Amino acid sequence: MITAERKPLAEIIDSIDDCRRILLVGCNECVTVCSAGGRKEVAMLASALQMDFMKRGKTLDVREMTLERQCDPEYVEQLAPYIGQVDAVVSMACGCGVQEVAKRFRDKRVFPAVNTKFMGASEGPGIWAERCHGCGNCLLGLTGGICPIARCSKRLLNGPCGGSSHGKCEVSDEIDCVWQLIWDRLKELGQEDRYEEIIEAKDWSTERAGGPRKIVREDLAQ
Amino acid sequence: MMTESVLEKVMKAGHIAVTGECGPPRGAMPEKVKEKAELLRGYVDAVNITDNQTAMVRMSSFAASMILKQINMNPVLQMVCRDRNRLAMQADIIGAYSHGINTMLCLTGDHMKFGDHPMASGVFDLDSIQMIQMVRKMRDEGKFFGGAEIKGAPKMFIGAAANPFADPFELRVARLAKKVRAGADFIQTQCIFNVDKFEQWMKGVRERGLHKETYIMAGITPMKSVGAARYMKNKVPGMDVPSELVDRMAKTPKEKQAQEGIDICVETIKRVLDIEGVAGVHIMAIEWESAVPEIVERSGLYPRPQV
Repeated sequence: MITAERKPLAEIIDSIDDCRRILLVGCNECVTVCSAGGRKEVAMLASALQMDFMKRGKTLDVREMTLERQCDPEYVEQLAPYIGQVDAVVSMACGCGVQEVAKRFRDKRVFPAVNTKFMGASEGPGIWAERCHGCGNCLLGLTGGICPIARCSKRLLNGPCGGSSHGKCEVSDEIDCVWQLIWDRLKELGQEDRYEEIIEAKDWSTERAGGPRKIVREDLAQ
Repeated sequence: MMTESVLEKVMKAGHIAVTGECGPPRGAMPEKVKEKAELLRGYVDAVNITDNQTAMVRMSSFAASMILKQINMNPVLQMVCRDRNRLAMQADIIGAYSHGINTMLCLTGDHMKFGDHPMASGVFDLDSIQMIQMVRKMRDEGKFFGGAEIKGAPKMFIGAAANPFADPFELRVARLAKKVRAGADFIQTQCIFNVDKFEQWMKGVRERGLHKETYIMAGITPMKSVGAARYMKNKVPGMDVPSELVDRMAKTPKEKQAQEGIDICVETIKRVLDIEGVAGVHIMAIEWESAVPEIVERSGLYPRPQV
């Protein structure tokens, strides 16, 4: 899933300080799962914003809405009846959702309330970690199902650098050395020999380097 | 002979090679480069010029290597994957070779986090093994990495690093094998303090015959003080400084610690040169270049062969 973290309250307040009425929009997908921008977080942020405005002798009307999927125009359309009544939209979705709202409502300011972080998985209650970089040409089959592009600090494709120590990355004790993980996994699979295959220089044109990417499925596109 | 590299000539002739290191200054101070290099003149066959070492901005390796060429010394151009994509690398390689720089060392590079620009984006377009493949392709096939023909192919003597002390240890010989297969003509290792572990690694290297496919130069660093020893033991990723060495430095009176550091260094060189498969030593006397002549002389490596 796409993970996100709520921005500091002061930053959100700063962006809407001149507003009196806002539409605060959550999303029921990834940001709900990672507890950053679902219905519950929308309610909490709404209260916090209103309380702050009140303390400063101002008022703020907040209409709360949580869409099924904010990255989908069909659901974003549900905001249309309310958009005329507000000064701005504050979105708690990932960057994709924020942009869908901005695209649909051309004359309305939209502010992000979360920082979109990465594609990751849950490592336990309250912990999410990066897993996929979206390079556009998956090589997990070569690396024991563990991604060195997303999980090595130097995205090395041919083994650990000289900074791997006791299974940890030189950058931080909080980061596992992914090549230690890959090596351990290859051993479990009895595929140690695979390590010796040189993974050729990556064609990054399938990644962001090739410019903004798009998928067109002719069979589905109209 | 694949190249015009003096380092290659020395090792091909069967001599024990000696290289030194010069970290370029953090400013436009060409005289500093010359000063450091002059301390090494006559005592080493070539001088590694580091490339933004520890991710701190410095005079570029290419520029400092040029200064060495101007004073008739042999630079080893270091290049890290952190700061350049494959276009910039190849441009600098043909540029450097056009100025007579014919020996280089291909490295991953320390992470940006350790330097003075932790906010920088790391490039890492290639890893060090892929960089080695690229430089070899440029030399042996006369082609750019993208496939087009190079008019005037750079004939680089290609070096790579190896760290026998990083984890997982059991992978360290295999990683060397990959670098050799990619095209590494010579290897300079991480600083060796734990000679037993280095011996164990070299045993693995010999078992696979890798010492016959590449020249292995043992990395050596003199410790100037017990503080330096402790710093390397505790703070530098991938360094293995045994406690006995730290204790030995600690027991030495402060004013004699530098001499003790040189003694340890000479003892280490003598031990590593006894190991089958070691073709040379790479002396990294960081900000202590003046120690190199004594180390080289006392190790029996002076005078340097004329090739």
